[in-house]
Amino acid sequence: RAAPHPAPGEGGEGRAYGWLRASTLRSGNAVHPPFASPATAALASWVPVVGLEIHVQISSNSKLFSGSQVQFAAPPNSLVSFFDASLPGTLPVLNRRCVEAAVMTGLALNCSINKKSLFDRKHYFYADLPAGYQITQQRVPIAVNGSLSYSLCIDNKMSQMVTKTVRIKQIQLEQDSGKSLHDDARSQTLVDLNRAGVGLMEVVTEPDMCCGEEAAAAVRELQLILQTLGSSQAIMAEGQLRVDANVSVHHPGEPYGVRTEVKNINSVRFLAKAVDYEIQRQIEELENGGTILNETRSFDSKLGCTIPMRDKEGKQDYRFMPEPNLPPLILYDAKSLPVNMNHQQVVNIDWIRERLPDLPSVKRAKLVELYGILPEHSFTLLNEDGLAEYFENVIKQTQMKPKKVIGWILNDLLSYLKQHALTVKDSPVSSFLLADLLNLLERREISSSAAKQVLEELWKGEGKTPLKIVKEKKLELIQDQKELEQICQSVIDRQEDEVIMMVLGRNQKVLNKLIGLVQRATRGRSNPVLVKQILEKKLSE
Amino acid sequence: MLKGYISPYNATVVQKLLDQGAVLLGKTNLDEFAMGSGSTDGIFGPVRNPWSYSRQYKEKTPPKSSSENEESDWVITGGSSGGSAAAVSSFTCFVALGSDTGGSTRNPAAHCGVVGLKPTYGLISRHGLIPLVNSMDVPGILTRCVDDAAVVLGSLAGHDPKDATTIQDTFKPFELPNLIDVRKLCIGIPKEYHAPGLSSEILALWSKAADLFKDAGAKVIEVSLPHTRYSIVCYHVLCTAEVASNMARFDGLEYGHRADMNKSTESMYAATRREGFNDVVRGRILSGNYFLLKQNYENYFIKAQKVRRLIANDFVKVFGSGVDILLTPTTLSDAVPYMEFIKEDNRTRSAQDDILTQAANMAGLPAISIPTALSKRGLPVGLQFIGHSFQEKQLLTVAKWFEKQVKFPMIQLEEVKRHDCSVFQHQKSVSFL
Repeated sequence: RAAPHPAPGEGGEGRAYGWLRASTLRSGNAVHPPFASPATAALASWVPVVGLEIHVQISSNSKLFSGSQVQFAAPPNSLVSFFDASLPGTLPVLNRRCVEAAVMTGLALNCSINKKSLFDRKHYFYADLPAGYQITQQRVPIAVNGSLSYSLCIDNKMSQMVTKTVRIKQIQLEQDSGKSLHDDARSQTLVDLNRAGVGLMEVVTEPDMCCGEEAAAAVRELQLILQTLGSSQAIMAEGQLRVDANVSVHHPGEPYGVRTEVKNINSVRFLAKAVDYEIQRQIEELENGGTILNETRSFDSKLGCTIPMRDKEGKQDYRFMPEPNLPPLILYDAKSLPVNMNHQQVVNIDWIRERLPDLPSVKRAKLVELYGILPEHSFTLLNEDGLAEYFENVIKQTQMKPKKVIGWILNDLLSYLKQHALTVKDSPVSSFLLADLLNLLERREISSSAAKQVLEELWKGEGKTPLKIVKEKKLELIQDQKELEQICQSVIDRQEDEVIMMVLGRNQKVLNKLIGLVQRATRGRSNPVLVKQILEKKLSE
Repeated sequence: MLKGYISPYNATVVQKLLDQGAVLLGKTNLDEFAMGSGSTDGIFGPVRNPWSYSRQYKEKTPPKSSSENEESDWVITGGSSGGSAAAVSSFTCFVALGSDTGGSTRNPAAHCGVVGLKPTYGLISRHGLIPLVNSMDVPGILTRCVDDAAVVLGSLAGHDPKDATTIQDTFKPFELPNLIDVRKLCIGIPKEYHAPGLSSEILALWSKAADLFKDAGAKVIEVSLPHTRYSIVCYHVLCTAEVASNMARFDGLEYGHRADMNKSTESMYAATRREGFNDVVRGRILSGNYFLLKQNYENYFIKAQKVRRLIANDFVKVFGSGVDILLTPTTLSDAVPYMEFIKEDNRTRSAQDDILTQAANMAGLPAISIPTALSKRGLPVGLQFIGHSFQEKQLLTVAKWFEKQVKFPMIQLEEVKRHDCSVFQHQKSVSFL
């Protein structure tokens, strides 16, 4: 489908949706779905509205209300306490670490922390919910009214980044459910309760986003924040971060449309796809005179579409009720802290605030300021686990300027890692080795193309130092001026046509070609600046 | 529902007793899931009050017809912790544990002629107590005398990290003084506890008890707890709501009875719960879920919570005005024969029988039933004392004094031959009445 031309003058609201093939946003343009007839073109602008409910598994040793361990991929039903299995007579006991994690996260997201929050029971029957209810915070959650800032590239160009903000409605503490696996072949359901009772923070955003890309970027930033805080490892593939998207569309100026909830999204990439698909689907449906049902849909990653989930008859009434076994959760700050309180029973918001680590946005700004790198570079550095530390380690060990080092990190190291699906942690080239190499380059002992050759050797991880490789492959820069002049001369002698063109018009392109030939002749061992000088001198003769 | 279920852990109260060297003699019968006031709705059958077989009862109550044997005349224990009360009453043991949510320990204590203590909510751990109404349940203590109750309380009370609703303060076990100066006391007589259906016998007994304190020099005044009459309705909304929630875990999946139904998880749940619960429990679950529906929550649940606050405030006001202890009847009458009891359904009976005991659970206050005298039919009647929050020492001190005054007679069971009959000879057979 060809991308339509936006009608002139139709700016629409900042949130209008750009019809697309790839998932990129053009802000400020109204949408005209390709199939709309010219007559209806004027009617066809749609505003998509996206909100997210993000379930974050808290990184803690034990569960939210019981002492059983939290661990991924343990043998089924090996991490289940009496309370988790809902044995009668067992009672919930609040895990302090989970409260601290929620407070940290709330502070990092600029929320107001409720000094008094309450726990409630949310009732429904399901095989993975042993007690028949989930303990959550429906009336008064632990944190409210925050914001999450994230950045987007415009038109896929890293150099043009725009900052957006999504408001955080609330963060609530709640229990995770167990897992049920449906074995249709044997008509049975297998239930694993290892996950039942693990602490979750549910982060609810306001519907401030308008497309898949925004949703994905927001979630990515949230992941980084959580990982920086340590309140969650936020690995989607391990189920530590799960996103449900609420999607609706409406015409500008009209009330919000009916929304659907999209579940079963297993990666940030799929989140963008799922949201965009659902927006498209709703627009098509409405354009064709249909209606949107307030339903829950599941994202099928293989087909790239959303399908209605198994029917729940009517709407669920969760029969919320206060959790009678948990008194209100009282948090303190420096002002309200009682003097004689057992410190083990107290969570002090100010104490936590003072110990918050630098958030990603702060870290990025520091990197830019300290090293003079571009903002988009700082994004890439933080986006890759361990890359920023690697970069800083190299800086420490080399005389090369950060602005040059960053190129080697982002272009060479990172692309190699990506190609081989390695993490920074698993890089065969340590920061020490790379720094060593860059020092050779900086001292002009080798050329940059030679350095690239050395790097390739280093990837093999055979334990050789850069210097050793240089010696083995004889990649040292030719230091001897006379030798260089000889080679340049021989190239000039061979390239008559070019020489003539040079004499005629001092063509830069031709000069570069000659430089390139010299480089080839020397197998990269010539200093291009020097070569250029020599050639120019010779040619002017 | 819990047929064949053996708990893999001990309740805190059980463990504490075992740690103190107690010997567990057995588990006792009760109304299913503690729902009932007769101990007649358990899967093992109804509990019989030992006093049914006492000489005192048989003398006063000849059998209905000569052809029927005594079996049909036996009276109930009250409930729901009837089995525990019967065990203590019949000399099976010195101490038994029960639970008290609306009177389930005090009611059978009164009918069986034993001491039944409901401690302050939050004093004793509920870890291991299968919940009925989490915000009202407490473990109950049944003993033969007040001193024993104090001893047991001493080993059970105190903070339990496994129960977040227990208070953090350290509990200091106490011994009760033998002599106290009653003149310093102010006893309140709440007029609303002259409830409809209160037998004239018990009314007279209550009055005599008040006089006893007055004659000993205590200040005895009439007080008012105006919201008492709403407590039954309020209790039923809150109780059924919590029951509906607490029973949601019984699905046959993890433990307990599981129905032989494989069509779907839902059908298995439904069959299991139908088979595993009796009518009483199912009725309360349905009511509770009704009250918790979104459209009803405000009008029923929230309203009931507000009324509960009013009921609790009644006590705060009265206790704040200088009253130390309240004196009330525990039950409306003495124990009725089983055949008569079952003519009315469980809900009706509970509504009737809970009226005098239930408000103390609403307010979380400590209360104790002391066996006072025998009725005309030769059956025990108890009177209740209600105290300030966490003031069990004062409550039990007054109760012990009262116990000494009334000298409640020992049950005379033919089947129980006592070799220490010299002890009996010191018991005055003249009753308080």
